[in-house]
Amino acid sequence: MEKMSRVTTALGSSAISGRTMFCHLDAPANAISVCRDATQVVVAGRNIFKIYALEEEQFVEKLNLRVGRKPSLNFSCADVMWHQMEENLLATAATNGAVVTWNLGKPSRNKQDQLFTEHKRTVNKVCFHPTEVYMLLSGSQDGFMKCFDLRKKESVSTFSGQSESVRDVQFSMKDYFTFAASFENGNVQLWDIRRPDRYERMFTAHTGPVFCCDWHPDDRGWLATGGRDKMVKVWDMTTNRAKEIYCVQTIASVARVKWRPERKFHLATCSMMVDHNIYVWDVRRPFIPFATFEEHKDVTTGIVWRHQHDPHFLLSGSKDSTLYQHMFKDATRPVDKANPEGLCFGLFGDLAFAAKESLISSDANRKPYPGGDRRYPIFFFKKPDPTEQFAHVSSALSVFETDLDSNRMDWFVKTAQLYLLCGKPFAELCDHNAKVAQELKRPQVSTTWTMLRIMFSDPANLTMPGLNHNLSKLGTLPLMNSFNMKEMSSGMGTESRLERSKGESRQDNIHLEPGNSHASNNNEENEETEGSEGQAEYMFCDAELDDDDLYSMENDNQAEEQEYMLPQEAFQLRHEIIDNPSAPEHLQQDKADSPHVSGNEAEVTCLTPIESFSLISISQPLFSPHLPASFFCPIVREMLSYYAEQGDVQMAVSVLIVLGDRIRKEIDDLTQEHWYMSYIDLLQRFELWNVSNEVIKLSTCSAITCLNQASTTLHINCSNCKRPMSNKGWICDRCHQCASVCAVCHHVVKGLFVWCQGCSHGGHLEHIMNWLKSSTHCPAGCGHLCEYT
Amino acid sequence: MASNLAAGFTCHANGESTPGRGSSSGRSRRHRSESESDVGPTDKSLARLCSRDEEERAAALEELSRGVLVCLELDRPGSAQLSKQTLLHLLRLSRSCPLQEVRGRATELLRTAQEQGVEVPRALASGPSSFIPAKEILKQGLDQDILIESFLSLGRVDHITMVMALHPAYLSCFLRTQHALLEMDGPLPRHWRHYIAVMAAARHQCSYQVQQHSAGFLEAGGEESWLSGLEHAPTKLRSLQTLNKLLAHRPWLITQQHIQELVCPGAEPRWSFAELIHAVVLMAHAHSLCSFVWGCSLNPEPDHIGGYTFQLPSPRRQARGKSMMEVEVLMQRMVELQQQEEECTQEEMVTRFERERSESIPTAVVRGAPPDLVLRLVEEPEFRYEDFAPKGEQSPPTMRAQDYSWEDHGFSLVNRLLPDMGQLLDEKFQVVSNLTYNRMAMHEGVDTHTLRKALWNYIHCLYGIRYDDYDYGSVNVLLERSLKVFVKTMACHPEQTTAHIYHAFWRHFRHSEKVHANLIVMEARLQAALLYTLRAITHYMR
Repeated sequence: MEKMSRVTTALGSSAISGRTMFCHLDAPANAISVCRDATQVVVAGRNIFKIYALEEEQFVEKLNLRVGRKPSLNFSCADVMWHQMEENLLATAATNGAVVTWNLGKPSRNKQDQLFTEHKRTVNKVCFHPTEVYMLLSGSQDGFMKCFDLRKKESVSTFSGQSESVRDVQFSMKDYFTFAASFENGNVQLWDIRRPDRYERMFTAHTGPVFCCDWHPDDRGWLATGGRDKMVKVWDMTTNRAKEIYCVQTIASVARVKWRPERKFHLATCSMMVDHNIYVWDVRRPFIPFATFEEHKDVTTGIVWRHQHDPHFLLSGSKDSTLYQHMFKDATRPVDKANPEGLCFGLFGDLAFAAKESLISSDANRKPYPGGDRRYPIFFFKKPDPTEQFAHVSSALSVFETDLDSNRMDWFVKTAQLYLLCGKPFAELCDHNAKVAQELKRPQVSTTWTMLRIMFSDPANLTMPGLNHNLSKLGTLPLMNSFNMKEMSSGMGTESRLERSKGESRQDNIHLEPGNSHASNNNEENEETEGSEGQAEYMFCDAELDDDDLYSMENDNQAEEQEYMLPQEAFQLRHEIIDNPSAPEHLQQDKADSPHVSGNEAEVTCLTPIESFSLISISQPLFSPHLPASFFCPIVREMLSYYAEQGDVQMAVSVLIVLGDRIRKEIDDLTQEHWYMSYIDLLQRFELWNVSNEVIKLSTCSAITCLNQASTTLHINCSNCKRPMSNKGWICDRCHQCASVCAVCHHVVKGLFVWCQGCSHGGHLEHIMNWLKSSTHCPAGCGHLCEYT
Repeated sequence: MASNLAAGFTCHANGESTPGRGSSSGRSRRHRSESESDVGPTDKSLARLCSRDEEERAAALEELSRGVLVCLELDRPGSAQLSKQTLLHLLRLSRSCPLQEVRGRATELLRTAQEQGVEVPRALASGPSSFIPAKEILKQGLDQDILIESFLSLGRVDHITMVMALHPAYLSCFLRTQHALLEMDGPLPRHWRHYIAVMAAARHQCSYQVQQHSAGFLEAGGEESWLSGLEHAPTKLRSLQTLNKLLAHRPWLITQQHIQELVCPGAEPRWSFAELIHAVVLMAHAHSLCSFVWGCSLNPEPDHIGGYTFQLPSPRRQARGKSMMEVEVLMQRMVELQQQEEECTQEEMVTRFERERSESIPTAVVRGAPPDLVLRLVEEPEFRYEDFAPKGEQSPPTMRAQDYSWEDHGFSLVNRLLPDMGQLLDEKFQVVSNLTYNRMAMHEGVDTHTLRKALWNYIHCLYGIRYDDYDYGSVNVLLERSLKVFVKTMACHPEQTTAHIYHAFWRHFRHSEKVHANLIVMEARLQAALLYTLRAITHYMR
C-alpha cells in the first residue's frame, strides 16, 4: 500500500498514458535517457543528439543539441544521462574521452555547459548521483573513474580500477556514498565515493567483460550485472561476500540491464550482438523471458523505463535508427507459445515426461492418480496479480523406469549370432530364421521370414491346410481398438518393460497427443519394427503361431485389468494404428495386385469374424502356384526399406543376403551398400566380429567385399636381427635363424603368435595362456611382468 | 584376430610396437606421404622420437641410428640406399631438435654417412631467420621447455616457433590457437584447412608457409593434384578466392554482399556460417603470419625446397642501414607524450589521422617473380594493397573502432559461430597487447605502453580503422620514418620486406625487440582484417 501511494504522488494528477509507437531517427542511437517527469527523452549516438517529447500518439522532436557546421567529436556520444533531480541538466560521455554537461536552460543555441577532457580514452558511462545535484561520475576505457563536482572545473576525485576499461558505473539508489563499477576483465568493484584510494570490495562476476550493472530500485542489496558471457546475474551485496542469488542465461551478450519499476523480480535486458529483441525477465524463472519486445531490426543499444514508478512503458533506442515506446500490454509473452510438455531420456533408458496438469485433467477418461511416489508434481510460483505474472503452469512429471536387468539389445546380438545366412537351401534358411525370431519373441519378423519362404520357394512345398486353419482362428479375434492395444503393450513388454502402476501408464499413454505417445514409445527400440504391421499378418497366415496364445490374448482383452497375467510369448503389439500411418499403406501395397484389395482394406480397420472368413475363402488363390516369384519383388523391396527405416537394418541385410539374386536387382546399389555399412558398423560395435566378417563375405557390393581385402598383409621382422623377413618361410635369410620362436616350447610358431607389448616376447597362444596361468613373469625369463587379458 | 583374443598382446606387425598411443595422437607426421616409398628408417621411428615417454624415445633413437647404419653398410651392394628424405629428416633433427641427445645423434649419423661417402645435404641457412643472427635467437638454447613441448606435440620445431620463442608467453598461446585452427574439432575437414592456409599464404607469395601447409595438406589425406593449381580444387574452395584476395590486401572492401554470395540459401556451393568463420580466421591467420615470416625473413626449413643444398657453401654478407632516431630521444618523447596536456581541435585530430594513413611511405621494392610453386595457387596476383585514401579521391569511410570492436562485437560473433575460437583469439590479442619487458634497447624499467599503442593504432590506421580517443599525432612523434617504412611494408606488402628495411629501424634495439614489434604488427593486422569481415557478417545476419 505504501508503494502504491508513492506511485500516485510521483505520477501526480496526470497519469502517463500512450501507446506503442516509434519514430525514425537520422542516425543509429547509442544511448537514451528520460527526464524525471517522463515527458521527454534524449537520444544520443555518434551522429545524433536530440530531445524528443513523448506525446500521447507520437514522438515530437523538441531540440537538436548537435549544433555547429562541423560538429566535434565531443558530440559523438557513447552514453547520455538526464539528471533525475535537475530537469535542465544532461551529461554525455564522448567516444574521444570527453565528459560533457549540457544545460537546457541556456538561452543560446549551443547548450554545452562544461567540458571535462580528463579521460585519455573513450568514456563508456556517465552517471549522476540520484539525489545530489552537482555530483557526476564517469567511467572510461582507460580504467579510471572520475567524480566531478559540476561547480568546479575539474574532477574532485579519481578512482583507479587497476584494470583496463570501466564499462559501467552506477550510484547505489539507497546508499548515498556507494557506487558500483563493472570492468572489462569480469570484475565488479564497490567504491565509497569518499575514499578514492581503494575499492571497498571487489568480486569476479562474469567471465569476460561485464558490460552493465544496475542497482535494484527498492532493495538496497541487489545488484544486477550483465556480461559478454551471455548471463545476467543478481548479486546480494548485503552479506560479507557478494552472493549470486539469481542467474539468467540469455542467448547473446548482455549490453544493458534495467530493473523494472514496481516489480521486485523483473528486469529488462538487451544485447549487443546478433539478437535485436528486448527481454523482460522474471529472475526467478530464468529459462524463459517473461515478455519480449521484438520491434527493432538491429541491435538495441539503449533501454530505459519511462517512469521510475510505472512498469508499463519501456523506451528503447537502436542501431536501426528508431526510437520506440513499448507498451507492456503489447509485449509478446513467450510463455504462451511455449510447449509445456517435456520429455527426456536418462542415461539408462529411463524416461521422464512432464505435461501440463490441466491438459491431463481436462480429459474425461482420466482416472485419479493412484498416489504413486513416482509422480513429481511441480508447481511454479504464482502470485495473485494475474496479468503481471507468468501464466500458471503446473506440470505433472512422470518418470518411467527401464528395467536395468533387461539388456535391450540382446535380441540384436542373439539374432545376429543365430541367423543362418547361407549354406542351406533357401526354404530351410527362412524356416530357421523364422524360428530364431519366434524364439526371441519377434513374431512379426518371424512371420516375415515365413512369408518370404512362401513367396519365393517352390509353391508345392506350401502347407495350405495349416494356413487355412490359422487364418480362421485369427479371424475370430475380436476387434481390438487402440486402447486395448495400449494396455497390452504396457503389460507385455518383455525386453524393456516400463514399470509403473497401471493408473499411471494409462494416464500417460492415453491422454497424450499422438505425437507424444509416439515419442514415449521410442525407447522400446526393438518394438519399432513390429508396428501394426503385425496385425496385417494375421490376415495372411502364420503357420507357427500358437493357437493358445491367440486365445489367451483374447481373454485378456476382455479382462483388461490383468495384464500381468499375460504369457510372455504373446504378441507384442505396442503401436496404435494411428501412430504408424505407414503400416496400413504398406499393407495396401502388399496386396496391390490382389483382386481382393478392397475387402482386405476394410478388414484391417474393422476386423469382424464374418469378413475374415470371407477373406480366407478368397485369399487362398492369391498364393496360387502360378504367381512367379518376381511378382513379389516390389512388395519385398518395400518391406526391406520399411525395416531399414524402422531401424532394423539387421532384418533388411539378412533378407537381402538370404534372398540373394532373387531381390538384389530390385534395390539400387547405393541403398544396399548403405544398409550393409550400417549393419556391419552395428555388428562391430557389439564386437560380433565373426558375424560382421560373414556379412562382408556374403555381400555382393564391391565396396563392401573389399573391406575384407584391405591391409591383409603382415610384415614380419626377424626377432633376432630385427630386419624384415623378406622371403617366405620361417628362417631369416640374413641371420639364418628361426624367427618367431615360442618362448615356452622354443619351437617356431606357425599360426597365431601372441606377443607381449611390454617385452616383445611371445609364442604359441595356448602355451602363453597356460604359462601365464601359473606364472606372472615372462616365459623368456626377461623379468617382465607380462599380462594376458 | 589375435588382437581380439588377447588385448594385452598384439599381432606381430612390422616388427615395431604400436605406432600411436594416446599422448601422441595429436602429433603431426608431416612427411609421411613424401616418404612412403622409403625403405630405411623413417617415419615411424621419427614419430616415436616425439614420444613423451623417455624410454620410448631412447629406443626410437637407437632404432633410427641402427637403421641408418644398416643402410650405410657398404659391403652389401644390394642393401637399401639412404633416401634423400631420410637424410633431410636427419638434417632437420640435427639442426632444430630441442632434445640434446637426438640432435647429437642426428649430427653424428650425418657425419658418419658423409665419411662413408654418401652425399649429405647441408642446410643453406645458418639459422631460422636471415635477418637475425642465429646465436641471438638461440640465446636461450634450444632446450627450453616450451620448445621441447612444441617438438613433442608437433613433431618438429619450425623456424616460426624458434623465432617466437624469444617471447615464450606469446608463443604458447600462438601455438594453441594454431593447433585449434588446424587440428582440433571444427567444421572444416583437416585437409581443407591446410589448403585454405596454402591459398592464403600464396597471396603473399610466402613459399615458407605454402610448403609447410602443402605438406600438412598431403598428410591430412589431401589430393596432390589440388596443389598443382586452384582449378583442381572443389568449387566450394575456389569460391573463397574473392574473400581471400580482399582479406589479404584490402579488407575494408569486404561487404555483406561478399558474405551473402557464400552463405545465402541459394548459393551453390553454400558455406555454413561456422565453416565460413573457420575459413576466415584461417585465412586471416595465414595472411598475418605471412607478415611475420617476411618481416623476420624466415629461412626455408632445412627439409623445404630451398632450405638445403648438396653443394658447398659460399660466403654471404649483410648490409646495415642507419637509424635516424636515437633511443634516448624516443624515450624522451614518450615521457613527454604521457605528460602532455596539449589540446588540439577536432579538425586537427582528423587531419592527423588522415595524414598518417595517407602518408606516402615508399614500399615498392620490386622483387623477382614469385616461385612457380606459389604462383599457380593465386588468382589475380596483381591485386595488391593500395593506400586507403588515394589523393584527391573519395576514400571509403573509415571504420570507427568504437562502433565495431573486437571486445564488444567481434568476440561474441566468433564465439557464437565457432566455440572456443573467440576465447583463443581474445587471449592472443590480450597477451600481445600486454606483452612488455619494461625495457628499451639498453634501458630498463621503461613503460613502453605508448609506443606499443602507437604501433598498434598505426597499423589499424593503415587499414582505415580509427580510434576516436587516440591522438594520431603521437604516431608521428614516436614512430620514426624508417620504422614506418618497415611496418607498412610488413603489414601491407610483406613480400617486399628487405634486409635493408629491417636493419634500418631501431638500430640500437635488440633483435628480440624487433621481433616484438613484428608480433604487434602481425596481431594488429589480423584483428583489423577480422573486424572488417566480422562486421560484414554481422550486417548480413541482421
